[in-house]
Amino acid sequence: MTKRISFYLLLIIAILYCLCPLLWQFITSLKPDYELTRIPPILPEKPTVAHYISIFKGYPFSRIILNSTIVAASTTIFSLIVGSLCAFGLTKLKVRYKAIILGFVLSVSMFPPIATVSPLYIIIRSLGLRDTWWALIITYTTFSLPLSIWILTNFFKEIPDEIYLAARIDGCSPFQAFQKIILPLSGPGIFTTAILVFIFSWNEFLFALTFTSTPNSRTIPVAIALFQGIHEIPWGDIAAASVTVTVPLVILVFVFQRRIIEGLTAGAIKS
Amino acid sequence: MAEVKFEKVKKSFKDVMVIRELDLTIEDGEFFTFVGPSGCGKSTILNMVAGLEPLTGGRIYFDNILVNELSPKDRDVAMVFQTYALYPHMTVYENIAFPLKMKKLDAKIVDREVKRIVGILGLEEFQQRKPKELSGGQRQRVALGRAIIRKPKVFLMDEPLSNLDARLRIEMRAELKRIHQDLKITTIYVTHDQGEAMSLSDKIAVLLQGEIQQSGKPLDVYLKPANIFVGGFIGSPPMNFLTCSLQNLRPVEVNCNGLIFSPIMEDMPKKGVIMGIRPEDVSISVEPSGDSVEVSVSLVEPAGSFNWVDAQWGRVKIKGTAKVNEDLKAGSRAFMKFSVEKVTVFDAVSGKRL
Repeated sequence: MTKRISFYLLLIIAILYCLCPLLWQFITSLKPDYELTRIPPILPEKPTVAHYISIFKGYPFSRIILNSTIVAASTTIFSLIVGSLCAFGLTKLKVRYKAIILGFVLSVSMFPPIATVSPLYIIIRSLGLRDTWWALIITYTTFSLPLSIWILTNFFKEIPDEIYLAARIDGCSPFQAFQKIILPLSGPGIFTTAILVFIFSWNEFLFALTFTSTPNSRTIPVAIALFQGIHEIPWGDIAAASVTVTVPLVILVFVFQRRIIEGLTAGAIKS
Repeated sequence: MAEVKFEKVKKSFKDVMVIRELDLTIEDGEFFTFVGPSGCGKSTILNMVAGLEPLTGGRIYFDNILVNELSPKDRDVAMVFQTYALYPHMTVYENIAFPLKMKKLDAKIVDREVKRIVGILGLEEFQQRKPKELSGGQRQRVALGRAIIRKPKVFLMDEPLSNLDARLRIEMRAELKRIHQDLKITTIYVTHDQGEAMSLSDKIAVLLQGEIQQSGKPLDVYLKPANIFVGGFIGSPPMNFLTCSLQNLRPVEVNCNGLIFSPIMEDMPKKGVIMGIRPEDVSISVEPSGDSVEVSVSLVEPAGSFNWVDAQWGRVKIKGTAKVNEDLKAGSRAFMKFSVEKVTVFDAVSGKRL
């Protein structure tokens, strides 16, 4: 019994540890301005939704959410299309030097973003894509591809080769086999990849800061960072905005939780 | 239906020769089996016929049409895999219908054909189930159904029974034979189980390290093995091999463990010979008779209508059979005899039959 209690106690401590910053943020977002810096950060006597109203009134926040949604969703779709085709080729087709290709793909994700931001900026500018959605979609797709390819490669490896070969013999071209057999069997892998890529694009800051200059294409993290006024930092608005944009992600993860767990642990045990 | 012809077919993976040079014709409607130990290249041959693996050299013809460059779907072959390779996300019905759907046949025709196949294989009540809800035998049937629904030119089977338990294996073996008799589709079958090969096939080819050691009717291969490997591989339990020295050339007399034999040979041995005798041709008994020799029993394995007996004859171990009513125990004395006509003689150097 005591074992049980200590187990749950430990669990609660761990959860609180992880949730604390979020909770603090949430509480801050409900505080009237004069209470913002009060320590300890407990719920205010008179909670207010003024900050939530202010972010949509004082800033073009709906447009910014739209920007982020379109950029993250498009990135996810492109990354999945290219990544799954690539992973399919690397697992089921006769391709030489598979290991080297995979290693090369992985090495791309090892460049620190700060090292590539200047050349990328020059490319984006000369393509005339500065301050557009495309600037971010293209960049994010490039940077999320190694992740997509790696996760999906491991997923497709789990599908026995015989199933692919059977499809070929039953009259499928390689692409039909991919579309009719391999893809439907990889649901959890696709979901896992999609969520991870979406979160990456939703939260990315450096490229978004560099490639955007107006609310036309600015994404959420940049917009929040640029909230600061001339004389003060509007902590309340920042907190309200952060909570607002975190909620969709949390909902997304909860909805697909089961699939994601399936995806992250697939291959751990032989089925 | 088609005749399948291999002409100087070679296959190597990187530097490893898997198939040395295969020249063979499988006749239209024949049930042909490649049998051999694992790693002998038999599955590679199937994959080359299916078009899943390119040839390193040589040609494969279906009815005199060169198929080397054709993709699997243009060859019109069907394949049954050892692991069944059913599509896990489709129901039994969808699995069986899949090859016809890929041919873009009319939905009504597809439905009629699937109903017919499902009937033949006794899968009516499982049509809407997914593969994971089926037993091994049922999955095997679905895999068969998916293959036969296309009425392919050639039917390829890669150890289709080896994942089944012993009883089901015998059942499905009979079913395969029945289906082949009904459809008369050229079938190329691959197995490492010599019993399966013997009982199913019109013709077999025994493979070792990418080379055909012998091909022919199962009984011919059994009665006249071309070399020591075939003798030992075909037949269960395997043939006894007795090393003998050459005593006299004309007439031929060989000395085996002190006994002199004059076996029938088509060729002259160069040095020594090895005599092969099947355990079922060696009888062991408690009572001595005419030309029997004394042995000591080391193991008795009842097989129902008779017993297998391992015996020690001087320095030589030999396996034979005994009647059930013989009172034999490990360690007891017994008498063994075999007829010299049943002996196959191999050259001790080359291993070839003489």
